Amino acid sequence: MIEDLVEAEGLVKRFGDFTAVDSIDFTVGRGEAFGFLGPNGAGKSSTMKMIGTVSPATSGTLRVLGMDPASQGRQIRSRLGVVPQDNSLDMELTVEENLMIYGRYFDLSRREVRARIADLLEFAQLTDRRTSKVEPLSGGMKRRLTIARGLINRPELILLDEPTTGLDPQARHVLWDRLYRLKREGATLIITTHYMDEAEQLCDRLVIMDNGRIVGEGSPRELIDRHTSGEVLELRLEEPVGALSGIGDHTEELADRVLVASRDAESALAEVHARGINPAMSLIRRATLEDVFLTLTGRTLVD
Amino acid sequence: MSALTTRTGPPTLTGGWRAHRVLERNLMVSKRSWVLVLSGFFEPVFYLFSIGVGVGAMVGDVQVGARTVSYAAFVAPALLSSSAMNGAVFESTLNIFFKLKWGKVYDAMLSTPLRPADVAAGEIGWSLLRGGLYAIGFMVVMALFGLAESWWTLMAIPAALLIGFAFASVGMAATTFMRSWQDFDLINVVTLPLFLFSATFYPLDVYPPAIQTVTRISPLYHGVELVRAFTLGMFDWSLAGHAAVLLGMGLIGLRVASGRLERLLLA
Amino acid sequence: MTGRLRVVESHARRYRHTWRSSVFTGFVNPAFLLAAMGLGLGSLVDANNGAGAFSYLAFLAPGLLAATAMQTAAGESSYPVMAGIKWIKSYEAALATPIGIRDLLGGQQIWSMIRVAQVVAAFALVEVLFGALSVRQAALATIPALMTGVAFSPAIAWFTIRLENDSGLAGLFRFGIIPLFLFSGTFFPISQLPEQMQPLAVLTPLWHGVEWARDWALGSPPLWPWQWHATALAAFAVACFWGAHRALVRRMIL
Repeated sequence: MIEDLVEAEGLVKRFGDFTAVDSIDFTVGRGEAFGFLGPNGAGKSSTMKMIGTVSPATSGTLRVLGMDPASQGRQIRSRLGVVPQDNSLDMELTVEENLMIYGRYFDLSRREVRARIADLLEFAQLTDRRTSKVEPLSGGMKRRLTIARGLINRPELILLDEPTTGLDPQARHVLWDRLYRLKREGATLIITTHYMDEAEQLCDRLVIMDNGRIVGEGSPRELIDRHTSGEVLELRLEEPVGALSGIGDHTEELADRVLVASRDAESALAEVHARGINPAMSLIRRATLEDVFLTLTGRTLVD
Repeated sequence: MSALTTRTGPPTLTGGWRAHRVLERNLMVSKRSWVLVLSGFFEPVFYLFSIGVGVGAMVGDVQVGARTVSYAAFVAPALLSSSAMNGAVFESTLNIFFKLKWGKVYDAMLSTPLRPADVAAGEIGWSLLRGGLYAIGFMVVMALFGLAESWWTLMAIPAALLIGFAFASVGMAATTFMRSWQDFDLINVVTLPLFLFSATFYPLDVYPPAIQTVTRISPLYHGVELVRAFTLGMFDWSLAGHAAVLLGMGLIGLRVASGRLERLLLA
Repeated sequence: MTGRLRVVESHARRYRHTWRSSVFTGFVNPAFLLAAMGLGLGSLVDANNGAGAFSYLAFLAPGLLAATAMQTAAGESSYPVMAGIKWIKSYEAALATPIGIRDLLGGQQIWSMIRVAQVVAAFALVEVLFGALSVRQAALATIPALMTGVAFSPAIAWFTIRLENDSGLAGLFRFGIIPLFLFSGTFFPISQLPEQMQPLAVLTPLWHGVEWARDWALGSPPLWPWQWHATALAAFAVACFWGAHRALVRRMIL
């Protein structure tokens, strides 16, 4: 049995003159929750579509489940679970029928699908909406249904494209809880997201993407240790940033605040006060993947 | 509760057509609107009563080749042919466009083992299934009116399916080029003259000679001739030619449609 | 009245995007229809003296004018009304302004009549060019045709307002508009219909429009005096407008 479910080398995707994915290398191991973190337009969804074999690579090599997407797309797809960004649920069918027909697309017998539907509806917490049409469901419900649908064929590899984008905070937590469960069961997940909290919560390992390239790779902890000072002091100042020079390891000026990277943000703040600077706001926090992204690209993830 | 995912995965699917899954999906949807689906049967029947019977009384008999037949017997096969065309065109244009652009139904299908060619063939198959049902219904009505003279009349059903195949394929291919709903106005600009000028309501020799040449280009004309030959029991070798035109049109359309779907959906 | 005119204006603005194709079909479809049915099929009918004193083309022309008015009114008062209520929700948006229900419905109906007038005028012009009718005959037939539109437009709006979704509209065309088009005396006199069905045809507004138009254009001996037809159509229009108004109040406000 192969251990690397996805292997990419020098993978490129071009649309005309535009290069969406610009020669990236990565591997996804069995049982791993692997993430692509990056802002909109970084090339995450294009990469997902190539892995899902619905978009041919322009160049480079890609193996999915040990097979070639260009010639063995159907075999690969029969073992994938895909949760696309826009759900693409069948609006003309009910919740249950959506699962049934999707299972039939995989040539599963009706009996087999029916048996799985009960489990999947329970997993998606949609058992009481079984006969409802899809349209009136809330955003979170639709998303959970899409995930359940992606599991109908007991996939070896599950692709989740922006799983919680557009959901309210409560719905996101419900969804994360469901995805943890899949992780605990040992499923292999590939997740794209532009939320650093999502990446931190769900991913064992991730790559940070920007402008079609991979700019960093590792576990959330490793990335934070490698690319930040550990803590961050956030300030809102009247004074020019220059007044902070020498405080912390590094300062970054954003539109509405200044970030000071420091091993010890407490003492950095004391130093600020000692210089007679009175910030309108000050906040001390742990460094996050957001700070990693900032360090690597000089930009914020969500603008 | 059993595990939702497995480490081994399902059996790997290989080759073979899976168009019947698309058909299955459409059947599942139409379960809820079967009244509307079946109601498609009535349109050609209404036309048969109105034009065939009502206007037919004003026309009297019509000369077809060496035979003299009632106007209803003359126009019935043409109405069957036109409704096969209209049904196929409607199904393969507006419906497909909706699913393509709004419903995103095909995006979901293509993330499973289904391929664009399965989608194209499945949708065309669905339109033929409906068309076949309407054709059978129409045959029953023809028989009740005494317009079915021999068992050969039954051959009009596969002939109507061939018309459906030709137009559904081409309609679907055309749909893949449409950008907005407004482009669909063009479809009526094509189908109305086909409906009116394909030796539908009167024999070809009524047309001025110049128009006759144009009519021979109309694919519906070939369909009408084919169906009419079966219902009136007048056969000759030209039928093979008519059938070949429709078959060729359908195959080319199917090829273009699946190629285009592949380009649209698998970018 | 200004509220109503604002609503008409909004319809006209939307129409600017599609007027080109509608003008094209406004002339081309009548020409096709008259060539195929009037001239082509007509040659068979006339060889049989089927339409009595008239050519089939002349027999068909006034009736087609009324039938086209019905189809245009049905088109304008069905899907666009459903879209306004349910899909693009422009009705809801308009009601948040000083525009009231009466303006909304009145404006929509005025717009529908403007479209009917356009289509009927184009059709009448084509009929004159085909030599089906003289200019005077065509002008006379236009009035009953417009009245047919006036009768159908509020009726279809009423039906549409009461629908939950658009599958009912497919049924309306399939079992309402198309059978009316085929059986209300346009293509053949209703005396050809089976005995039992004739009183049914008399009940349809389109038959009144067709009969009246044929009476005025051809001076064919009328079954009924034209005033009766006019009264029937006007009464139908008023009743349906009242019903549509009530239904729209229920749908949008209650």
